Amino acid sequence: MEYELVVVGGGPAGLSGALKAAQNGVRVAIVDRQEELGGQLVKQTHKFFGWSRRGAGIRGIEIGRRLRNAVLAQPHITVFTGTEALGYYPDNSLLIEGPSGVSRITGKTFLFATGAQERMILFPGNDLPGVYGAGAVQTLMNVYGVRPGRSVLMVGSGNIGLIVSYQLRQAGVAVRAIVEALPQIGGYAVHASKVRRLGIPILTRHSIKEAHGKECVEGATIWELDDKFRGIPGTEKDLDVDVICLATGLTPLGDLLWQAGVSMTYVPELGGFVPIYDENMETERPGIFVAGDAAGIEEASTAMLCGEIAGLAVAAKLGKIPRHRFEEERNVLARELAALRSGPLSSKVRTGYERIRALVQGRRGS
Amino acid sequence: MTGLRIEEHPVLDFPKRKKVKFFFEGKEMEGYEGEPIAAALHAAGVKVLHHSLKLGRPRGFFCAIGNCSSCLMIVDGVPNVRACTEKLREGMRVERQVGRGPSLAAR
Ligand SMILES: Cc1cc2nc3c(=O)[nH]c(=O)nc-3n(C[C@H](O)[C@H](O)[C@H](O)COP(=O)(O)OP(=O)(O)OC[C@H]3O[C@@H](n4cnc5c(N)ncnc54)[C@H](O)[C@@H]3O)c2cc1C
Repeated sequence: MEYELVVVGGGPAGLSGALKAAQNGVRVAIVDRQEELGGQLVKQTHKFFGWSRRGAGIRGIEIGRRLRNAVLAQPHITVFTGTEALGYYPDNSLLIEGPSGVSRITGKTFLFATGAQERMILFPGNDLPGVYGAGAVQTLMNVYGVRPGRSVLMVGSGNIGLIVSYQLRQAGVAVRAIVEALPQIGGYAVHASKVRRLGIPILTRHSIKEAHGKECVEGATIWELDDKFRGIPGTEKDLDVDVICLATGLTPLGDLLWQAGVSMTYVPELGGFVPIYDENMETERPGIFVAGDAAGIEEASTAMLCGEIAGLAVAAKLGKIPRHRFEEERNVLARELAALRSGPLSSKVRTGYERIRALVQGRRGS
Repeated sequence: MTGLRIEEHPVLDFPKRKKVKFFFEGKEMEGYEGEPIAAALHAAGVKVLHHSLKLGRPRGFFCAIGNCSSCLMIVDGVPNVRACTEKLREGMRVERQVGRGPSLAAR
C-alpha cells in the first residue's frame, strides 16, 4: 500500500502532523505500536502545563482523546495501531509488524515522531525487578490499573518525578521520599508544593546509593551528596521500599532514524543524540521529517506545534498547497512556537535548538 | 486477586474486563483478558520474568512499552516474547526465560 505520508508514532507530535497534512489533502497512514493512539498522553491524569490554546489546564488524557477523535474522523488518515515499525528501507518503505503479521508500507514522505525513552542511572542492584522507569510505573497503574508495589523511592525531582509521585498517591501507593542530586528541585513549584502537601519529603543533594534484595527490590539506601556529586559516607539512610522509580530524564528514541541513515548530532540540552533538521522539521534525508520528543525532549504543546509544521511542510513538498500559503501559515506556527519557548524555564531547550540551527546554517553556507 | 489491583481511583475508571485463566510455570493463575502478561503477573505478585544471559540475574519489566527487552518470556513455547506488551489470553502457558531461551530449531 502506498501513502503520501507515513507517520511513525501516534503521540501528540505524530497526530498533529497527520492532521495538518490530511487537512491539506495528503493521504496519510499512522503506525503506532500501542493499541490506543495518544502516546504519553494516555497516561497523564494531571492538568497540563503549557500555553492555553495548546491545552493547558486540561488533563493530558483529555488532550489525547480530542486529538484521537479528530484523527479518526479524518477520511484521509488510515490508522494502524498495535503495529510496530521495525525498519526503514531506502526504497521508501517501512517494515511493520501488526495484528496481521509482518508487511511493508510505502510512503512518499515520512514523519518519525517516536517519542523518547527513559535514561538509566548507575547504582548496585539497578537491574533488580522493582527498579522501574517512571513511564513504566505510569503505564502499569494508569493504563492497566495495577499498582507497581506498596512503597516507592522516587529518584529525580523533575516534573515527571513530581507528577508520578502524586499519581502514585492517587493510586494508593506510599512514596517514602523523592531524592534529587542537584541542590534545587527540577520541576515546577506548583507540582513540588502539591507533593509536599501530601507529606512526601523532597531531599535535594541526595541520591540512591544501592538497591537491596535477592530476587527483587526489598529496600534502598539513600545518601547525601557533596558538591562533586559524590556520596558522603555516614549519611546513609535505609528506606523500606519495594519499588525504586527512576525519573532521571528522557532521551530521544532515535533507533529508526539512525537505521534510516539520518544525520544525528549530540545535543545534551535536548536529551542526547537528535536528528539534524531544518526549520520545516525536515532532516538531511529529503522527505524524512521529525517532530516531538524524538527531535528533542520538550513537552506536548511544542510537540504538537512541531508536528503541525512538519505536516504542513509535507503538504507543500507534495505540491498540495502553494508556496506562499505554506510560508504564511508556517510563520504563524513558528511564532507561536517561539512564544511557547520564550520563558525562563525554556532557556535550556532554546540553547539546544540554536545549536541545531547553527549547524544547519553552517552546512548550507559551505 | 491481590491488593495490587486499583479498585477505586479519583480520576480514572477501569472498566471491568473478562477474567481468564492462564498458566505460569505450570501453576494456574487468573488475569484479565487483553491486559499485558506482565501486568497480570505483577498483580499476582510475580516480578521475576527472566534470568539474564551471563550471570543469571533476575529480571523484571523496566520500560513497559516494548522497548527494553528486560521482560522476555517463553509464551506457548515461543521464546523472546515481550511480556509487557503481549496480551493475555485464556489458557496461555507462560514461563520464565533464561538467557536467550530454548532454540526453536530444537523443538
Ligand atoms: C509524567 C509526565 C508528565 C508530563 N506532563 C506534561 C505537561 O504537563 N505538559 C506538557 O506539555 N507535556 C508534558 N509531558 C511531556 C509530553 O507528554 C511529551 O513531551 C509528549 O508526549 C511528546 O510527544 P511525542 O508525540 O513526541 O511522543 P510520545 O507521546 O511519546 O508518542 C510517541 C509514540 O510513538 C510510538 N512509537 C515509538 N516507536 C515506535 C515504533 N518503532 N513503531 C510504532 N510506534 C512507535 C509510541 O508507541 C508512542 O505512542 C509529560 C510527560 C511525562 C512522562
